[in-house]
Amino acid sequence: MSPRNSTAAHARLLDEVGAVDQVGVEERVAKYTTRSVKKEAKVWGLKTAVSMTDLTTLEGKDTPGKIESLCRKAIRPYEAPSVPTVAAVCVYPSMVRHARAGVGSSGVKVASVATAFPSGQTHLRTRLAEVRGAVADGADEVDMVINRGAFLSGEFARVEDEISEVVEACGPAALKVILEVSELETYDNIRKASFLAMGVLRPGDFIKTSTGKTTLNATLANNQVMIEAIRDFYLDTGIPIGMKPAGGIKTAKQSLQFLIAVKETLGDAWLTKKRYRFGASSLLNDLLRQLEKERTGAYQAPYHFSDASESY
Amino acid sequence: MPTRKRNNPAGSRLIFGDLWEYDPAPETADPKLKGRYDLFIDGRFVRPRSGKYFPSINPANERKLSDIALAGPADVDLAYRAAARAFPKWSAMAGRERGKYLFRIARLLQDRAREFAVAETLDGGKPIKESRDFDVPMAAAHFFYHAGWADKLEYVAPGRRVSPLGVVGQVIPWNFPLLMLAWKLAPALAMGNCVVLKPAETTSITALKLAEILQDAELPPGVVNFVTGAGETGALVMGHPGAAKVAFTGSTEVGKAIMRQLAGTDKKMTMELGCKAANIIFDDAPIDQAVEGIVNAIFFNQGHVCCAGSRLLVQESVADRVVAKLKNRIRVLRVGDPLDKNTDLGAINSRAQLATIKRLVASGVREVMYQPPCALPERGFYFPPTLFTGVTQSHRIAREEIFGPVLSILTFRTVDEAIEKANNTAYGLSAGVWTDKGSRILRMSTELRAGVVWANTFNRFDPSSPFGGYKESGFGREGGRQGLIDYVNLA
Repeated sequence: MSPRNSTAAHARLLDEVGAVDQVGVEERVAKYTTRSVKKEAKVWGLKTAVSMTDLTTLEGKDTPGKIESLCRKAIRPYEAPSVPTVAAVCVYPSMVRHARAGVGSSGVKVASVATAFPSGQTHLRTRLAEVRGAVADGADEVDMVINRGAFLSGEFARVEDEISEVVEACGPAALKVILEVSELETYDNIRKASFLAMGVLRPGDFIKTSTGKTTLNATLANNQVMIEAIRDFYLDTGIPIGMKPAGGIKTAKQSLQFLIAVKETLGDAWLTKKRYRFGASSLLNDLLRQLEKERTGAYQAPYHFSDASESY
Repeated sequence: MPTRKRNNPAGSRLIFGDLWEYDPAPETADPKLKGRYDLFIDGRFVRPRSGKYFPSINPANERKLSDIALAGPADVDLAYRAAARAFPKWSAMAGRERGKYLFRIARLLQDRAREFAVAETLDGGKPIKESRDFDVPMAAAHFFYHAGWADKLEYVAPGRRVSPLGVVGQVIPWNFPLLMLAWKLAPALAMGNCVVLKPAETTSITALKLAEILQDAELPPGVVNFVTGAGETGALVMGHPGAAKVAFTGSTEVGKAIMRQLAGTDKKMTMELGCKAANIIFDDAPIDQAVEGIVNAIFFNQGHVCCAGSRLLVQESVADRVVAKLKNRIRVLRVGDPLDKNTDLGAINSRAQLATIKRLVASGVREVMYQPPCALPERGFYFPPTLFTGVTQSHRIAREEIFGPVLSILTFRTVDEAIEKANNTAYGLSAGVWTDKGSRILRMSTELRAGVVWANTFNRFDPSSPFGGYKESGFGREGGRQGLIDYVNLA
């Protein structure tokens, strides 16, 4: 596509979905951080955040042993029976078999990144084959990346077609479409890409901020832009799309702020793991630590919790 | 097409229910209130000559907070005499020395910020998050800013000589008690004037608490005097022959009465009065942020803001979308206990103001009124956020200042029509413009007859930015270099 057509395509799409003011959206989300969540409301929020977590390991050095350990943690994050299981484990396609075996019949889902995660820079047929392979190995959910190059050059039809083909390849598996917000750079682009993806998704599919492999990942502001897009799309079409911020959410306090944003923008119907997820790894132990603090009144040392990476 | 057509026969709705209710989160800092507050004259707290006191109540629960001294003619006279005695030394003091006092006041206020925030919320009904994040820090910022000016007076009006006026009489309103006090005191003191100030009768407490800070700062006695009371006391302060200048912030009605009272005298005057500000949304505006701006414009401080964006002008092509989004947005506003950290709309300042709001709302057309479902506390003065759609220029709710959380929504088709409608008011304190087009912002800012024009934001303030009105919104400026000029003689 020529640069001129590309500009026109971006302008038309922006005109259709509406612009986002950077200062305004950042002021809006700053208000969420002044909300004060205490006592029972805090415990409810922390437990809900646990239940929404996609416990993730996406490393070159992942092994079946690491996956098994991750699954144990996912099923039983902590010995207290009141702590729910997490929503899913999120792994690379080659680890899906092991994760499937690891979660068994616990109800914890297996999510697999696919489509040449994180860059997506390979042939479409290869990406689709990867999706089919992951689903065949037992993935309940697939996390794909969009073609950012095509998006930035204004080839929106291509972006949409590729997502459509991945939807088809997913079959019964739910799809999460990663926009990789740090590569889209502007809030306008994040809103545009959200609408492009939602236009071809099924009810119950998700849009997701990031791979976690770039410098800037989920923030309250880009979460806000995406959930406002989800809200507008739902009110226009009646189709509920889920949301998954991923990368950079490390503390329980942060996760509560994201949930406050959901409560005040999308409402109660999105305060469920069916429609909202956190893509995270270290977040889980901080949630557990805060839950123990609420239960006992005292903070436990980080090493009190299994798989904690931090220590004194 | 990337988005599917609107085919939402089921009428999908958002559910803002009680699945996750926040627990009460009251601010617990001690406001350190006294049971009784006397007048602050000549650096000391003194009993009023009349011996009379009046109660200051908490509008959130109608309970009495404290008794406030009622100043009569003799008390006001004492205050003016104390100020006149203090003036020669204070005005002759080197600017950098006066600046030190102002710096000290600002820092002491910061030290006691939480205490002052709680006192402000108890006395006035505003949400604690606003008194904590806006009123008190902004008041301190005004003292800091003007402290910086105190030793640079020769730059206030380059090429001309400036000298202080003398004793200044000031009367301030109840919507931002501490902040308005800072707006008035700081420039007057920086320029070497002495002050007799009367706070509003429903919100005297933070002024009298600030008097404690003035004592701690060892401000020379008589430089600042606070006399408390209602309108009669205000008239005494404004009309006293010892005042070289009077400064008033309040309603246009009272402002006009003061001007009539002072006609023929040589007193200088500045007036900051009412408004019915237009907040203008063009079809290319970022809608979600504009909606946030609308909320901030009219529901900030329960709409008790002289520059509140109480008239919303929306371009017809986006009006339905904007109103639909606005309705969803105000469903999540939390109305209730002002001391709760999660409260967005607190209490209406007084029973009288609540009655005024109700009276004006009753004059609107019921069919086009929208109020989100929200449970108001049983005791205290509360009013839910309220929208009126389909309002025209001739409706009373489009012309009169309501000074409450009530928004009148009008539409327009073209830029010229927007300007015409925005300017079709007796007032002209502020306006807001929401558009993605920079050139349109520049045009609007020159053609709107308003002292402040905000672009893609609303209710933003800074000590360095002059604030004041056109037409019946008053004259004179507060803040910035322009605000200082109103407190000096130029030669």
